[in-house]
Amino acid sequence: MSQPNDLESLKKISSQVRRDIVRMVHACQSGHPGGSLGCADFFVALYFKFMKHDPKFNMEAKGEDLFFLSNGHISPVFYSTLARAGYFDVKELATFRMLNSRLQGHPATHEHLPGIRIASGSLGQGLSVALGAAQAKKLNKEDNFVYVLMGDGEQQEGQIWEAAMYAAHNKMDNVIATIDYNGQQIDGPVDKILSLLDLKAKWESFGWIVQEFNGNNMADVVAGLEKAQKLAKNGKPVMNLMKTEMGYGVDYMMGSHKWHGVAPNDEELQKALAQLEETQGDY
Amino acid sequence: MTKFTFTEKKDTRSGFGVGLHELGKKNSNVVALCADLTGSLKMDAFKKEFPERFYQVGIAEANMMGLAAGMTIGGKIPFTGTFANFSTGRVYDQIRQSIAYSDKNVKICASHAGLTLGEDGATHQILEDVGMMKMLPGMTVIVPCDYNQTKAATIALGDHHGPAYLRFGRPSWPIFMAADRPFVIGKADKLIEGTDVTIFANGHMVWQAVEAEAILAAKGISVELINIHTVKPLDVEAILASASKTRCVVTAEEHQINGGLGDSVAQVLARFNPTPIEMVAVNDSFGESGTPTQLLKKYGLSPENIVAAAEKAIARKK
Repeated sequence: MSQPNDLESLKKISSQVRRDIVRMVHACQSGHPGGSLGCADFFVALYFKFMKHDPKFNMEAKGEDLFFLSNGHISPVFYSTLARAGYFDVKELATFRMLNSRLQGHPATHEHLPGIRIASGSLGQGLSVALGAAQAKKLNKEDNFVYVLMGDGEQQEGQIWEAAMYAAHNKMDNVIATIDYNGQQIDGPVDKILSLLDLKAKWESFGWIVQEFNGNNMADVVAGLEKAQKLAKNGKPVMNLMKTEMGYGVDYMMGSHKWHGVAPNDEELQKALAQLEETQGDY
Repeated sequence: MTKFTFTEKKDTRSGFGVGLHELGKKNSNVVALCADLTGSLKMDAFKKEFPERFYQVGIAEANMMGLAAGMTIGGKIPFTGTFANFSTGRVYDQIRQSIAYSDKNVKICASHAGLTLGEDGATHQILEDVGMMKMLPGMTVIVPCDYNQTKAATIALGDHHGPAYLRFGRPSWPIFMAADRPFVIGKADKLIEGTDVTIFANGHMVWQAVEAEAILAAKGISVELINIHTVKPLDVEAILASASKTRCVVTAEEHQINGGLGDSVAQVLARFNPTPIEMVAVNDSFGESGTPTQLLKKYGLSPENIVAAAEKAIARKK
């Protein structure tokens, strides 16, 4: 990437991405700000520091790293990151969830939005797709990483555990998966809905290398992803349990599942924007 | 006009296996995935010659569909193999989102479809799969009629872009299509020219219709027999042309009466040229254990049922 990717620069981009997120969901009065805000640092670190990728998008991406978003409802953070990374004009963020937009409520390839390689939204499918793409990379002898992000509530889907078994059995060590471990899902705290119990032990017993880091501190995210790359390509898939707080960066959205899928009103928007520095120019 | 006969019987799934093996030799981007049914799907030859392009995924069909979708992103042409029930109903949402809506070039290859699976019974005898698959926007749906046509259809799918569903079966069945008969996706195949009634059939029911035609011919009834091997995209032109000539129609398929070939043909006729139509299909019920022949008879899919339907359709002509 041509943009500077030192820690301070990444933090600045991340602040802008958070502004984009709250403005996008406010404009259409729908969407999922909570998880999007919580994962902003992760997305920015991936796209502005770690991934080898070309914003002149082509589907096959020979020689590039790939990213898949399995918990598609946090599309605002994905769209903002892609736009800020140069995949499409940031002005298009204003069309999010509106009729005739390429920025569908959940990510889709159907409208050919650059940067999106699979539809997601119905949960539990992204890890399988990422493994397929990683398998093709191995077959093509491409030495790239395939990243995938899932939700923690999403771990309740059975397909994920089918994929977990496949990855370890087939030594999919070019895959770096991350779980947004914010402890919340739509109906309430994950522990009260359907407990994941010891998630680290679960993934380890499925044959993955598991590490944990804080997803709401850019230095920790960068260190975590650096370590993940070092852990990878050693015969085992890598799982990051990334602790985040839903709504991070906007004080009144933090610490509750309430803002999982609710948009701020005009007053709440201003209150949020006052907490997020405009660093790259609003769209 | 050619008289359709046979000297040999083989299962259509073996046509798939041979076709897949040939495709593997022709195109190095072709990969195959199987959910613990390699022998049943006749994928052994491909697996043996191209082990690096064969993926055993275990009994995990949902993951298999996602893997296949992901592989297309790396330029691969994945053919997934499992029973028709586990290729469709079990993984409908995975196909819908990761394959169809995402327009991924995945070929979903499904064996043991319909009643002719036989003794395993209704848990495995899916009769709703064509309906489910044809409802997905952009999905191509192919139901070939014998070993040779299944082989030809498999090979044709190698050059076809987009999601596709290929349905075939388990029983040994007459091979009555010439090995070199052209197969074009989306193009109806007229087997017999006639004037009194048109039979549109696909899958195993094409042979049943060939037998029915002989009975009807002996009664002096001239049958036009058309193999609609591609349920979607449907050859609307061929259907309308034949219906306007014979002015009555019978459909025959090894599927529920709801959602299958009959539905598709009826929709075309109702919209463009209302014509009397009779449907030979399973009448809104599950199957059961038995031999293929016993089951086809009990559930109304034998040549005699087609004959009766044709006579009824002719009687309804205006």
